[in-house]
Amino acid sequence: MSAVRRLAVALLAVSVILVAGAAPPAQAQTTLRVVMHSDLKIVDPIWTTAYIVRNHGYMVYDTLFAMDAKGEIRPQMVDKYDVSADKLTYTLTLRDGLLWHDGKPVTSEDCVASIKRWGAKDSMGQKLMSFVKELQVVNPKTFKIILKESTGLVLGALGKPSSNVPFMMPKRVAETDPNTQISEFIGSGPFIFKKDEWKPGDKAVWVKNPQYKPRSEAPSGLAGGKVVKVDRVEWRAIPDHQTAINALLAGEIDYMESPPHDLYPVLKQDANVRLVSLNPLGNQYTFRYNTLHKPFNDPKVRQAVMWAFNQEDFLKAVIGDKQYYKVCQSLFPCGTPLESRKGLEGGLLVESNFTKAKQLLKEAGYDGTTIVLMHSSDLAVLNNLAPVAKSLMEKAGFKVDMHSMDWQTLVSRRAKKDPPTAGGWHAFLTSWVSADILNPVMAGFLNSACDKAMFGWPCDEQMEKLRDQYARETDPGKQKAIAEAVQVRLTQYPTHIPLGQWYGAVAVRKNVQGMVEAPVTVFWNVEIKK
Amino acid sequence: MLPYIGRRLLATIPVMAVVAVFVFLLLRLTAGDPAAIIAGDNATARDVAQIREKLGLDQPIVQQFIIWIGKTLRGDLGESFFFKKTVTELILGRVEPTLALATCTLLLAVTMAVPLGVTAAYKRGSWIDRFVMGLSVLGFSVPVFVIGYALMYLFAIHFAWLPVQGYQRIGDGFGGFIQRLVLPSFTLAIIYVALIARITRASVLEVLGADHVRTARAKGLADLPVLLRHVLRNAAVPIVTVIGLGVALLIGGVVVTESVFAIPGLGRLTVDAVLARDYPTVQAVVLLFSGVYVLINLLVDLTYTFLDPRIRY
Repeated sequence: MSAVRRLAVALLAVSVILVAGAAPPAQAQTTLRVVMHSDLKIVDPIWTTAYIVRNHGYMVYDTLFAMDAKGEIRPQMVDKYDVSADKLTYTLTLRDGLLWHDGKPVTSEDCVASIKRWGAKDSMGQKLMSFVKELQVVNPKTFKIILKESTGLVLGALGKPSSNVPFMMPKRVAETDPNTQISEFIGSGPFIFKKDEWKPGDKAVWVKNPQYKPRSEAPSGLAGGKVVKVDRVEWRAIPDHQTAINALLAGEIDYMESPPHDLYPVLKQDANVRLVSLNPLGNQYTFRYNTLHKPFNDPKVRQAVMWAFNQEDFLKAVIGDKQYYKVCQSLFPCGTPLESRKGLEGGLLVESNFTKAKQLLKEAGYDGTTIVLMHSSDLAVLNNLAPVAKSLMEKAGFKVDMHSMDWQTLVSRRAKKDPPTAGGWHAFLTSWVSADILNPVMAGFLNSACDKAMFGWPCDEQMEKLRDQYARETDPGKQKAIAEAVQVRLTQYPTHIPLGQWYGAVAVRKNVQGMVEAPVTVFWNVEIKK
Repeated sequence: MLPYIGRRLLATIPVMAVVAVFVFLLLRLTAGDPAAIIAGDNATARDVAQIREKLGLDQPIVQQFIIWIGKTLRGDLGESFFFKKTVTELILGRVEPTLALATCTLLLAVTMAVPLGVTAAYKRGSWIDRFVMGLSVLGFSVPVFVIGYALMYLFAIHFAWLPVQGYQRIGDGFGGFIQRLVLPSFTLAIIYVALIARITRASVLEVLGADHVRTARAKGLADLPVLLRHVLRNAAVPIVTVIGLGVALLIGGVVVTESVFAIPGLGRLTVDAVLARDYPTVQAVVLLFSGVYVLINLLVDLTYTFLDPRIRY
């Protein structure tokens, strides 16, 4: 055989191998291939507040109540519930036919244990549990929540849409110490987690739960019927955005949860891909002060920053496209029941007023202390925020030293109470999922309980009183009035500054349909059309 | 030779000890707290403190080091902070893709670079020589990820001949396995080809001018046998050396290439572990890479004795 013939045979052999590899595998089932915003490394949604784990939670577990598209709390696992006349006893009855993935029935005991574990860990759960006198099992399908005093938190907390979500787990699992990760991943949700196929850094797999009985209502937000229309969902770990987009364009994946805004034009050009906005509430950018140290220990100086900022500058710098951001002159997200402009008159948050800011700094006797501003430089949705903040603060007369770092370093550093000159900090910018900040109790940055507050440690008795009043109030009208008082108080004693709402879109192949609009990415109702 | 190998293996112990201390301290000195990362964005200081305690990060650094090194010496690399898996399990699950990528890259690089280098030397000053050296400069200058994206666009998006990303285990089908390795291996091989081709050219050029080559030609031997029998064999020592030393380049390249092509190998594990400050995993992977590097250098030294009979240990 000549060298040329040998080469030809070798090339032919390689071609056959490559063609054989290119042939699509016979698929007896529909698989939705998804790239999420992050890899799934932890699988206990009570142990961590990480959003990717919360999203996994919605696959595997179900909730007693859930928030619908209008922001109202609806029964989910609960069939019916009854509130006593004195509003001190909630009697909850579970739906018929609820089963764990191992085939055993869901019981009241399971739910009570689950509420206790969540209530020990989640901040809103802790608040709720401070009102709870007893969780009483009546029978396998009914249990009672007996309160010490009335509160409007019960349904809102049990139907809380975001981290930590009160997911129901079997009693034996829910009895795990809340500070220890669970090791059994059995839920009663619409999907079953395939632990044997979970390869962190590669993929996580769920299959349809054939025993799941969806509610009869149409899906609405996180409530309603969770009808699964694919056999299998795979979350593929593709950390590089560009590669994930290329994979979507090439049809190797079907769904990308959070493509970066600057790559939307690439996706819009492809006829086989579409961008769909699924989270109507979006997210809120936020500037957080550290109130422990000079000069931000003085509310007047913090007010000066508030007057110097305008939301549009931040939103333009990061998101750019007006279709995906909204200036929102409200502490609580626009489009939610507690949206209000009370106390924000005079263009606060929407127009920079450097004269007012300078005047406040003068009144406060600002001595030119350099502000240590932490800048997260590795996340596209945060990267441009700090430079804008620095520029606006400098225009108001502040001296600012911007420290650039990756987000994980920032997360570690923000927990430090040391003076800014000794490794501490004065301020940073972040983003909240709107579903996490819907009211004064949920919104973590409003917690002003000094040492018990989140990093930044604001300490304000008046704010805490208002938050407490809100927790106790059961009338929605009065709750709104309290929320407005909280907003007014925020302008007097700023704990943080809301910097506008922004929205992302998921990118999907054209044949992927039925996605549910909700503040969390969920996969029930999603189907792949042939 | 056995005593030499024994001595070299013994010498790896202090090297690995230094690496262990260095990587342990470096991780602790780097900003970032794994407990804060695990706890998530909405966690309170109390949550973070509880997780730190659970992970043993509240103990003094010396104590943490003694516990870790003690376990490592007993063959226990510990448990990952994030994945509910032992580090050994994690590493074993990631070895195959990295090994496959490295082997493919090495084969591709050597089979491309050595003929290119020899041809460039043989045709010194010609357009082929200039072309090869030009390519070599380009290969060195363009970052691996740029090459990766360019190849991905051309062959996976534009022509749709190859997959964009991912890895298929060899057990799940050889065709898919090879198909998914072509682009990443080629991407990673380019810098390696540049390095080996340059060294091959220089080495072959040196030998081409030697007396024994002139004698072989004078005897009437054809060019190809002269190149293969008398030139390449004598030029092999520096080439093998650079292939061995280049493994460090390969390890660095694997980290980037695996990220660009979403290959779940050791490189990706390293990146993920570093970003998440997963100390036990980073420590184990760095120790593993260091051990592999030391052993490859030993292997290269031993190869010399086969290539050059004058070398004896």
